[in-house]
Amino acid sequence: MTTTTPTAHDDEHEAINSEIGGSHELSTWATLKRGLELSPELVRGLWVTVLLALFATLGKVLIPFVVQQATDNGILADGGPDVDFVLRAVLLAAGAIIFTGFAQYVVNVRLFKAAESGLATLRIRAFRHIHDLSVLTQSTERRGGLVARVTNDVDTISMFVQFGGIMLLVSTAQMLVATVLMVIYSPILAGVVYLCVIPLVVLVTKFQPMLGRAYGAVRLRVGDLLGAVSESIVGAVTIRAYGVEERTEARIDGAIERHRAAAIKAQIRSVIAFTSGQAFGGITTAIVLVVGTVLAANDQMTLGQLLAFLFLVNLFTQPVQQATEIFNELQNAVAGWRRVIGVIDTPADVSDPGTDGVRLPRGPITVEFEDIAFSYPGGDRVLQDVNLTFEPRTRIAVVGETGSGKTTLAKLLTRLMDPSEGRVLIDGVDLRDIAFDSLRRRIVMVPQEGFLFDESLMENIRFGRPEAADEDIELAMTELGLDPWLSGLPLGLATQVGQRGESLSAGERQLVAIARAYLADPDLLVLDEATSAVDPATEVRIQRALEGLTRGRTSVAIAHRLSTAEAADVVVVVDRGHIVAVGPHEELVDAGGVYTRMHASWAAQQQG
Amino acid sequence: MTSATRPVDRPRPSPAILRQGLRVLWTGIRQQKKVFSVAVGGAALWALATVATAWAIGYVTEHAVTPAVESGEVTSGGLWMIFLVLFGVLLFNMAGVVLRRVAASIAGFNLQALYRRRVTRQYLRLPLSWHHSHPSGQLLSNAHADIEAAWQIFNPLPMAIGVLVMLVIAGTQMVVVDPFLALIGFLVFPGLFAANLVFQRVMSPRITRAQQLRAEVAEVAHESFEAGMLVKAMGREQEETTRFGGVTNDLRNSLINVGRTRGMFEPVIEAIPVLGTLAVLAVGTARVASGDLSAADVVEIAYLFSILAFPVRALGWVLAEIPRSVVGFRRVDSVLQAKGSMEFGEGDLPREGAAHSRSVGVSYAFAEPAERAVLGAEDPLEDPGPSVPVGPQRAMAIRDVTLDVPAGRTVALVGPTGSGKSTLTSLVLRLIDPDSGTVTLDGIDLRSVRKGEVPEVGTLVAQQTFMFDDPVRDNVTLGAELPDDVVWEALRTARADGFVSGMPGALDAVIGERGGNLSGGQRQRIALARAIVRRPRLLVLDDATSAVDPSIEQAILGGLRETGDGMTVLVVAYRMATIQLADHIVYLEQGQVVDQGTHAELLVSCEGYGDLVNAYAREAAERAAVAADEETV
Repeated sequence: MTTTTPTAHDDEHEAINSEIGGSHELSTWATLKRGLELSPELVRGLWVTVLLALFATLGKVLIPFVVQQATDNGILADGGPDVDFVLRAVLLAAGAIIFTGFAQYVVNVRLFKAAESGLATLRIRAFRHIHDLSVLTQSTERRGGLVARVTNDVDTISMFVQFGGIMLLVSTAQMLVATVLMVIYSPILAGVVYLCVIPLVVLVTKFQPMLGRAYGAVRLRVGDLLGAVSESIVGAVTIRAYGVEERTEARIDGAIERHRAAAIKAQIRSVIAFTSGQAFGGITTAIVLVVGTVLAANDQMTLGQLLAFLFLVNLFTQPVQQATEIFNELQNAVAGWRRVIGVIDTPADVSDPGTDGVRLPRGPITVEFEDIAFSYPGGDRVLQDVNLTFEPRTRIAVVGETGSGKTTLAKLLTRLMDPSEGRVLIDGVDLRDIAFDSLRRRIVMVPQEGFLFDESLMENIRFGRPEAADEDIELAMTELGLDPWLSGLPLGLATQVGQRGESLSAGERQLVAIARAYLADPDLLVLDEATSAVDPATEVRIQRALEGLTRGRTSVAIAHRLSTAEAADVVVVVDRGHIVAVGPHEELVDAGGVYTRMHASWAAQQQG
Repeated sequence: MTSATRPVDRPRPSPAILRQGLRVLWTGIRQQKKVFSVAVGGAALWALATVATAWAIGYVTEHAVTPAVESGEVTSGGLWMIFLVLFGVLLFNMAGVVLRRVAASIAGFNLQALYRRRVTRQYLRLPLSWHHSHPSGQLLSNAHADIEAAWQIFNPLPMAIGVLVMLVIAGTQMVVVDPFLALIGFLVFPGLFAANLVFQRVMSPRITRAQQLRAEVAEVAHESFEAGMLVKAMGREQEETTRFGGVTNDLRNSLINVGRTRGMFEPVIEAIPVLGTLAVLAVGTARVASGDLSAADVVEIAYLFSILAFPVRALGWVLAEIPRSVVGFRRVDSVLQAKGSMEFGEGDLPREGAAHSRSVGVSYAFAEPAERAVLGAEDPLEDPGPSVPVGPQRAMAIRDVTLDVPAGRTVALVGPTGSGKSTLTSLVLRLIDPDSGTVTLDGIDLRSVRKGEVPEVGTLVAQQTFMFDDPVRDNVTLGAELPDDVVWEALRTARADGFVSGMPGALDAVIGERGGNLSGGQRQRIALARAIVRRPRLLVLDDATSAVDPSIEQAILGGLRETGDGMTVLVVAYRMATIQLADHIVYLEQGQVVDQGTHAELLVSCEGYGDLVNAYAREAAERAAVAADEETV
């Protein structure tokens, strides 16, 4: 059944990298290669586009040639201007423009299609992978930074993949053609041109990494900027309640300023690179003219040949300059690409075994924790020596002080995180070997701070079971005893909950989260202080309804309201990362341990 | 219906877009006068040097190359002249390019930074109700992508201005040589203008849609990543990916549509000047044949055209950027013009002793969130329109509530979930303003005091904690200059000193935006310390200890009592012990005060209150009874 051994799991854990990568180690070439691999649309049918682009470029080169011919052999023809010749040449050129213009249009559209399709694929893939990363890895980066990776970072690539790549190919072709022609006209001058290129190539090669770093810094700053801005939006209430607008402004201003400085720095470097290309063009022309003059004076070429050669030099230096510009754009694109690839290539430390995974039949669940230990990356142990068995059809309450490791236990049980040591088994199967679709169908957790989408109550509850009909949702609300609450809302289930559900109170959001889980109808329900903000009367009503739901199933409730523990079959007491007691409430309450103390304090509160 | 429901991508007549585009450019230029002047100066230098290059090659050919070839003798002076003349012009050209490009990008990035500051100021200034109707992702996109769209046009702009300089030089030269031929050449401009008009008309609705979709992609991503844990816990990765894929593919199609238009526009814009050159050649040759013009004149005009052919494309780039720039600016401007900010007065609040909070006859209804705002849907340049849509059924959260919290006392707000307690706490500290009624502190209407004054005096600890991506210390002080022992003292009162000292780095341990490694109860205790350290005169706890264990909560509240001299406390609570700490209890139901008094009084007079606070005890009793029954059976 399971082929994975515990050792293999251990190896996996050593590979855990809780930080989302920036893929700085990837070279430009490797980045390009990986980028094209991730967006195959970018190269699909590329050869047709390249041929069309060459055709369009040919037209552009042809036109100055025709104009030159019309001038030399038409207007300046021996024996007066040859009007017919000029007209023919003009018509030919006009025809060429229309044809090549059309070719250029087709090229543009093909490139736009390929680029946008490829980038959409990349965005979706990165988005999916971010969801596949463990909660731990996700929490190492601010939301704004993650958003940047699927939005602006991808946008940065678009410029290069739309035009840059193809222009590079076309420029290369143009350089080759110009080289052949130059060699035919004058091998010596062709050699001179190539000698002039060498310093440029050296310079550009040296400059690329610097440029790459500069653009990389810009991408990083964009991530920071969006992180700072998103803090001001998501933290709106806190910022207003504490009157810390000025401090927040200062933080955002800092991020804006750092981004501005980085962007200008990158731009200046790119201008330097471009200017060196331009200098190459100008100096080459000057040197060719100097050397050519010497050659022509020594009868090694004619003045006409020299002037024609200058035209070829232009034909050669123009694409070289264009190429230096495209290399700039390439570095910019690579900087964005690296960040997107960095996400996609961050190993998902809590990964879905997928099709190889075990699918468990539905029914009551047995849970076993086997020698579990857990520590956050770089942190102390938060759980140690955990050995527990939850029998099917039992209601378990996990109690303990804040920070004792209760939530960690819940996260391990639902495989939001994997243990550092040991195994969690469901019906005897290691959680890591169960396919996610089967796992998530069977186990559902209701976290303390349930997230709501900016939609109606109805749609938020339907998230638990997308195929549920409206009637199912209404029924669920009735079963949970939430009708009185709903009747207080003028629009009932059609009520829009606002951003993050902020139009509702925290307690109301918890009601929605519970209804959602209730609708999902899992075999094992894990409640992580899921009713902490709900009023006691409503909580008792919900508890009873959930008991109906959990009867015949396994349920694990993490609670500090010990009413939950009193009602449970088994109470698990967690203290400083260790399980200190397991048993029914009646046994533990008089055993004189941690639980006795906690319960006494709770009971005292109830009486006041 | 109001104009708020007008479709977003209604095509607008293009002369308006061009006019608005010029207005946006002018707005930008005005704010970056100096840098922009440098860029334009550089562009002019570049333009002159480009025209001069053609002249220089002609000059050295005539004065150095030809004599050398004809005489067969090369002098080093002649060779130096060739090199130096060409090199000199090149230096000017390069200087022009560097000035133009560097200054243009500085101007562009300065504008971006300036507008980012303005937009984020607005985010911080606008009321919470505005935030509720504007998705976070959209706002993020606004602060980055829209501002970039608005000002990226500054990169090609100076070059286009340089091209205009070139056109003026070349145009003058052409007119001097032959006005008739020049006129034919100038026909190019109406051609360019007409092409541009058509382009703008087709392009601007497409760009508007693309920019809106760009924001929606950010919105879905932002929301989905925020919901990361839920998505995992429910196994909805695929559904979320499908949702994101939907908007992403819409954006893709929309950008391909933009590309189609742009892909057509560019070859047309490139072809028009070339066709002009050809027309000049044809007509010029005819005029030479008829003896009206010399062959050299035609060659010169044709040559002038051929130098211009490439740079004229820069004009095309600027024109092509205009719709995007206008749309971006419109979206940014709609945030900058957003109404409904909180008005502040000039008054101060007393700083000594416990505060007396009184709210009289306050009502508050949430704006109908179904009316989701779309940035830039309204054209703020021309049609401001109503900014607050009024729906038919706004949910009344609070209705005619009068709440008195006397100085130095502790008042508890009790009521079922959704009864309006949190709304009331937000009103008391003026996070929101009531639709009717007044809220006062020490008898002073909160609307009459200065900005920043209320947070100095009163502090709210909300149900849901928000942690900044900062060390523990900064999360407690929020930037105030406080010695560490004061911070530790606050952490101790909030019973957070234990786990904080156990964290690597203690006060310097970075919590991270989502407070990832902390439990809910730990985050709440840091949030409490944040409030305590400010020694507020009015402390409002909105169920702020819901995730804290009862024993710790007791300790915290006890600690507050000890240190809380001169502090008024308003506490939203469910726990009996917390409620019993209160001197006075106000019971809310469905947004209205149903009853108030002491715990003992309310138990007698108010059924709803009794049901609520005794729910656990009753439940325990029933369980015990059932268990007893089972035993007897």
